[in-house]
Amino acid sequence: MMTDQIQARFTRRKRPPADRIVDGGFRYLTIALASTVAIVLLAIFLTVFEGAQDAIKEFGLKFLTTSSWNPVTGEYGAFTAIYGTLVTSFLALLIAVPLGVGTAIFITENLLPLRWREIIGVMVELLAAIPSVVLGLWAIFVMEPFLRPLLVFLNTALGWLPFFSTAPQGPGVAPAVLILVVMILPIITAISRDALNQVPIALRQGSYGVGSTRWIAIFDVILPAAISSIVGGIMLALGRAMGETMAVTMIIGNSTNFSWSLLAPGNTISAMLANQFGEASGIQVSALLYAALILMLMTFAVNIFAQWIVRKLSLRY
Amino acid sequence: MTSFTPALQASSLRYDPALKRNRLDKFYNALSGFFSLIVVMPLFLVLVYVIIQGGRLISIPLFTQLPPAPGLEGGGIGNAIIGTFVVTIVASLIAIPIGVGGGVYLAEYSTGGPFARFIRTGNDILAGVPSIICGVFVYGAIVATRVFFGQSYTAVAGGIALAVLMLPTVIKTTDEGLKLVPKALSMGAIGVGASKFVTVTRITLPSAFTPIATGIVLAIARAAGETAPLIFTALFSPFWPEGVFNPIATMSVLIFNFAIMPYEAQNELAWAASFVLVVLILGANLLARWLRRFAN
Repeated sequence: MMTDQIQARFTRRKRPPADRIVDGGFRYLTIALASTVAIVLLAIFLTVFEGAQDAIKEFGLKFLTTSSWNPVTGEYGAFTAIYGTLVTSFLALLIAVPLGVGTAIFITENLLPLRWREIIGVMVELLAAIPSVVLGLWAIFVMEPFLRPLLVFLNTALGWLPFFSTAPQGPGVAPAVLILVVMILPIITAISRDALNQVPIALRQGSYGVGSTRWIAIFDVILPAAISSIVGGIMLALGRAMGETMAVTMIIGNSTNFSWSLLAPGNTISAMLANQFGEASGIQVSALLYAALILMLMTFAVNIFAQWIVRKLSLRY
Repeated sequence: MTSFTPALQASSLRYDPALKRNRLDKFYNALSGFFSLIVVMPLFLVLVYVIIQGGRLISIPLFTQLPPAPGLEGGGIGNAIIGTFVVTIVASLIAIPIGVGGGVYLAEYSTGGPFARFIRTGNDILAGVPSIICGVFVYGAIVATRVFFGQSYTAVAGGIALAVLMLPTVIKTTDEGLKLVPKALSMGAIGVGASKFVTVTRITLPSAFTPIATGIVLAIARAAGETAPLIFTALFSPFWPEGVFNPIATMSVLIFNFAIMPYEAQNELAWAASFVLVVLILGANLLARWLRRFAN
């Protein structure tokens, strides 16, 4: 009698069909929404690849090594832009890495009271929030006129080097590099700071315990322990620098003529797209999409390399 | 042991500032401090100039008038302010549901199989796609094909381009925010007989509201300042917005267009727009920071 009642209460009941439909439907909905990422990524690649077909057929690999960009004769080569993209991003990285990692060390060590270090950290994050186009405006009207005397001096003193061989005339590769430095510093600093904060305290204590000074501990123990994430962050910054458009477009001068000089106007792939894509027609659109494809493959390779290097370099401590 | 003289023993235990290692330490301390100074200086310099050059132009007409024709004085950026809000709202309406849904799948439904790993990797790659490429993509897919009532450049196209940029951030913050919710909560809900759908929508998502909201606010702030995806999707318009299926002015594109014009009035409006944009974006960032503190 009793057991019957209990059994009746605990017999397995199924959810109402409506509930099950909602439950299963929601699951499929989230799968569909997650798939959008893959679909969008594929669509981006296919759109660019498809549009670039004409130029790929027309110019082939010669596109990468010639620097003529002539809408009148319909001859296109992206060497100037590819060179500009690589030179600006790598030079920016060269300047930004010591500054960013140095700052990250400064705000993870106890050189200043915690409150001050937090304020510096917040300021770095706010620098990252400033829109690229505002930095470009600032670069045109404030930074470049301010730096002009220095660039003129570089030209007069080191003009025999091909890199400083032209007189600065305003927009150019050198100011573009500096504004890129400003743009990638927050990324490098923030990622390095997180990486340094995650180094186990025991490593630091061990290092101090055997008598190392602060910077011996940093260089020999803490930095090696955090190097994988730091390098990952640096590669991420490189990818960002390569694709950065607005600030660079506004200050690089957008010249399609090739020059070794950093003081001369130059071009990058993204700047070229921003300037010409809206007004281009015919084979020029295809040539621009070919350049866009190259940019995409470059940033893609950098991002994949970043993931690989993080795995390769991570220490097991 | 006896070879040490008492004097040497005592001195080696005392801090000696003249030692090379200690002098190097001092040098590196100063160097890292100097580097930090260099890193925070651009923020100050940019903010000071935006406040000086843009802040002094803030007036009522700036918000209520249209930009002047080239060569004329005065005018405002009213249409661009509205446009920035319109495009950003369109982008949010697209990116937030998709992103939160995708994040829910990754955190709650996936079992770490190849599909989930593929989506996570794809999300990281999408986050690394240059913003100008997003613009090129939307141009090719939507503007050139004229899918919206035969219109080419539209505010919606601009919004879609920004949504592509926001999507990876929204997915990632949702995924990570949901993973922080204690497992006991959802297990408790399942235990009292709630279905998975009810558990996710009533228990897990609300618990993760703060981190997700923080990420979304940051993504919106970033999208509002983006220019590259808009210059050939939303284009620009010197007039008041005429619905979402027409070209629309935005502050970021206005800054780009007016900064490179050789007219004083336009340059000044570019600074004024920068001021408004920077105030909005830094405000959103401080809001996100406040939300985060709320969570702790």
